[in-house]
Amino acid sequence: MKTANKKVTAERLVRDALAKAKHFADYNIFTFIDEEGAIRRAREIDAKIARGEDAGRLAGVPYALKDNFISPRGETTASAHILEGFTSPVTATSVERLEAEGAIMIGRTNLDAFAHGSSTENSYFGATLNAYDRERVAGGSSGGSAVAVALDIVEFATGSDTGGSIRQPASFNGVYGLKPTYGAVSRYGVVAMASSLDCIGFFTKTPEDMDLLMSIAAGRDPKDMTTLPDYYGESKVGKAKKIGVIKDFDNGSVDSEIRGALKHKCDLLKKKGYEIVELTMPALKYALAAYYIIQPAEVASNLSRYDGVRYGFRSEKAKDLSSIYDKTRDEGFMPENKRRIMIGNFVLSSGFYDAYFLKAAKARTLIVQEYEKAFSQVDYILMPVSPNPAFKLGEKVNDPVAMYLEDVMSVSLNLAGVPGLAIPAGKSKTGLPLGLQLVGPRRSDKALIEFARELQEDD
Amino acid sequence: MKYLPTIGIECHVQLKTRTKLFSEVDNDARGKEPNSCVSPVDYALPGMLPRLNEEAVRLAILAGRAMNCEINAESRFDRKHYFYPDSPKGYQITQFYHPIIGAGYVELPSGGRVRIEHAHLEGDAGKLTHFDGYSLVDLNRVDTPLIEIVSMPDIHSAKDAHDYCKELWRLMIYAGVSYGDLYNGNMRFDVNTSLAPEGAEELGTRTEVKNLNSFKSVERAVEYEIARQTKVLESGEKVVQQTLGWSDATGKTTPQRSKEVAADYRYMPEPDLPPLRLSADFIAEESAKLPMMPGDFRKKFGGVIAEDVLEVLLDYPELMQKLGEINEEYVKSISNLFASVLLAEEKSAEYLNDLPSSEDLTELAEMNEKKELSSTAAKEVFLRLFDPQMKGRGTKRIAKELGLIQENDLGALEAIVDTVLAKPETQKAQADYKAGEEKVIGFLVGQVMKESKGKANPGAVQEILRKKLA
Repeated sequence: MKTANKKVTAERLVRDALAKAKHFADYNIFTFIDEEGAIRRAREIDAKIARGEDAGRLAGVPYALKDNFISPRGETTASAHILEGFTSPVTATSVERLEAEGAIMIGRTNLDAFAHGSSTENSYFGATLNAYDRERVAGGSSGGSAVAVALDIVEFATGSDTGGSIRQPASFNGVYGLKPTYGAVSRYGVVAMASSLDCIGFFTKTPEDMDLLMSIAAGRDPKDMTTLPDYYGESKVGKAKKIGVIKDFDNGSVDSEIRGALKHKCDLLKKKGYEIVELTMPALKYALAAYYIIQPAEVASNLSRYDGVRYGFRSEKAKDLSSIYDKTRDEGFMPENKRRIMIGNFVLSSGFYDAYFLKAAKARTLIVQEYEKAFSQVDYILMPVSPNPAFKLGEKVNDPVAMYLEDVMSVSLNLAGVPGLAIPAGKSKTGLPLGLQLVGPRRSDKALIEFARELQEDD
Repeated sequence: MKYLPTIGIECHVQLKTRTKLFSEVDNDARGKEPNSCVSPVDYALPGMLPRLNEEAVRLAILAGRAMNCEINAESRFDRKHYFYPDSPKGYQITQFYHPIIGAGYVELPSGGRVRIEHAHLEGDAGKLTHFDGYSLVDLNRVDTPLIEIVSMPDIHSAKDAHDYCKELWRLMIYAGVSYGDLYNGNMRFDVNTSLAPEGAEELGTRTEVKNLNSFKSVERAVEYEIARQTKVLESGEKVVQQTLGWSDATGKTTPQRSKEVAADYRYMPEPDLPPLRLSADFIAEESAKLPMMPGDFRKKFGGVIAEDVLEVLLDYPELMQKLGEINEEYVKSISNLFASVLLAEEKSAEYLNDLPSSEDLTELAEMNEKKELSSTAAKEVFLRLFDPQMKGRGTKRIAKELGLIQENDLGALEAIVDTVLAKPETQKAQADYKAGEEKVIGFLVGQVMKESKGKANPGAVQEILRKKLA
């Protein structure tokens, strides 16, 4: 990626990015643009460069921050009404690490409120448009971030992936999107969706950029007890031989053009001397059901703190304690937020816990084992990210189950904690980006990114 | 019909860690502004994650070992959900399914045992103060580390309930895990009481009296509940399972909320904290830090110190530790000084923090034993050992400076006795004594004491006098 130097200043890079952001304003990508702050920061970087100091590996690189990462720059709303007016006094670890290397945030990007959704249509600020077709969705929940990179406004953008929220919008917009191994990148300072599934990752235009960002952001963080010990920089990349494809997914539910793209990439790999191995992974058929129990349960719990007592939005109708809670949460949450809170509280309620939550937890263990078994047979797995390319705005918004089915191929990775890299895989006949995901065993993030280069083609 | 009461007690103990259970802010909010000891984590800002305080884990191990409990090699945290402004996260982080402290027991002074079912680590809630039309929230106490100790229903009298709570308090302060300040809520008791006809297989319906913060109120509340439930049962009615509050002023329990509408806490594994795994070595290392416990002192001093004195002194671990340093032959006399002199002093609490050295105390006991100090003089010197002006000088010097050392040198005493006997004003008394009037010996001893300026040992003087006048 382009970094600032004496000739091309950070201010120049930032001004270009801001101009592009303005130009694409009607895509509804940003919830907040910090022109003044970004330029001030760029000048600091330029001054450093002028003094001959090291300005970092991301010196002057403009980036977009998904609006569920907290930092004192601008309100962090997670595109939710209930967080309106909230400015954080603290900064997310990942943001700190990126900015310590000179990256400059130009704005915050739109998402489905609290990252609940697969289209960015659940945002309090309205939907973001697809980079390739303005009548189609950006995907979600990190829709704004994906489109910001796809339209080349910024060099990279941050995302969070709980059940596909990075990979699906990446594939809908033809960019790279990494959901790292669970615990690779600190969750500290990212508005929690479902804590045992949430992964912090990035959108980039190349595998090389992804590698650079991971080498900066990954690693143990004492503020997040679920982070793994540092491994990213030290991981050895062996030579892969066998690539798996999951037989169970090769059915009518997947769009024929996506199946075509998968076959095309498999042929490419065969030509390069790799062996393609067909896998059966029957446990994955429980993934979506298990995910839509565990995830809403954690969502319901994590959203308990938004009560109108301490920060953010409080309903004007609130008169006493119970109406502070009821009215604030009623007006402050989007319908999809409420749906998940209700499902989550139901599966956790006494008498139902064993039948739902505990059973889903057991299914999750099976899925973990299924992936372990698969990776004893193959190095990586190549599979679709979603059953279809970007769909029309409004097409699924009133059909929650259809929307949940968007996640059918992405959620098993979150349940298993394994990394997945969405890669561009050509275009449909109508010009929509097609995407696939490369999946590896836990902690294989670096190897996955390296291997993605094998799949690059000029298109 | 005769009813047997059965009582089980849950006790919350605040741990005296330096920082909070899940954040790095000061855990000691005593005397501080409301909401001044609150981190972004305690305040539950978006994106904040709990970090487990290792010191709290260490103290939990000590607390568990103080109650003879197993320490579980793996424990886990869970979320307990409820909406109230004292709980910023909307849930309390606790250990519902896999607690750190397993089964054990507490031995009462009477020798009876109360089994501990388990004890778990959890965060405390904040505090609400209600005014007319509004309430104020203070989050200083949010996520102060607590252990909740759950007893088995092994208690059958108000007296034992009292003794169990008091013994728990002693265990916690001896183990050094809590300040044990009941007035400030460092320990709170929830008491479950039920009655069943004697010999019945099943327990009766229980009530729970919540948030008792003194041993006396535990005892009174249980007495009250036993009496109240007996009356209910004898009138042929049923005890209603409910949560009660206790008022010290009225001496009555009153219903708080009915269990039928009890909240569903929707327990869930805490995904932000990995399971807490403790190696056997770590547990052994921490357990070894447990000092002498009240039970150990009872065994050590059982035959030496009178039981009632011992039970009084056991409330003061500093005194017991000091007695532990003292040669056994002097333990009895020093323990008496502690019980009857030190604890009677107004400033005793202050004194406890800075006790005289065991050498000074031993010397005092020795001098008393050798009659170099009368009992009255020993008490006086003992108190001077706490006097900021005098302490550090050593017992002997203090005694000398105060002119309190008794004359025990028989030769010197005989000389004084002779002088007194030669005085004309003692002649009549001598004659009376010889004539069989025993009690005038007191007068003569007094004269000798006066001559010696009070330094003579009266016992020795009397002996010499009797010999001389025989």
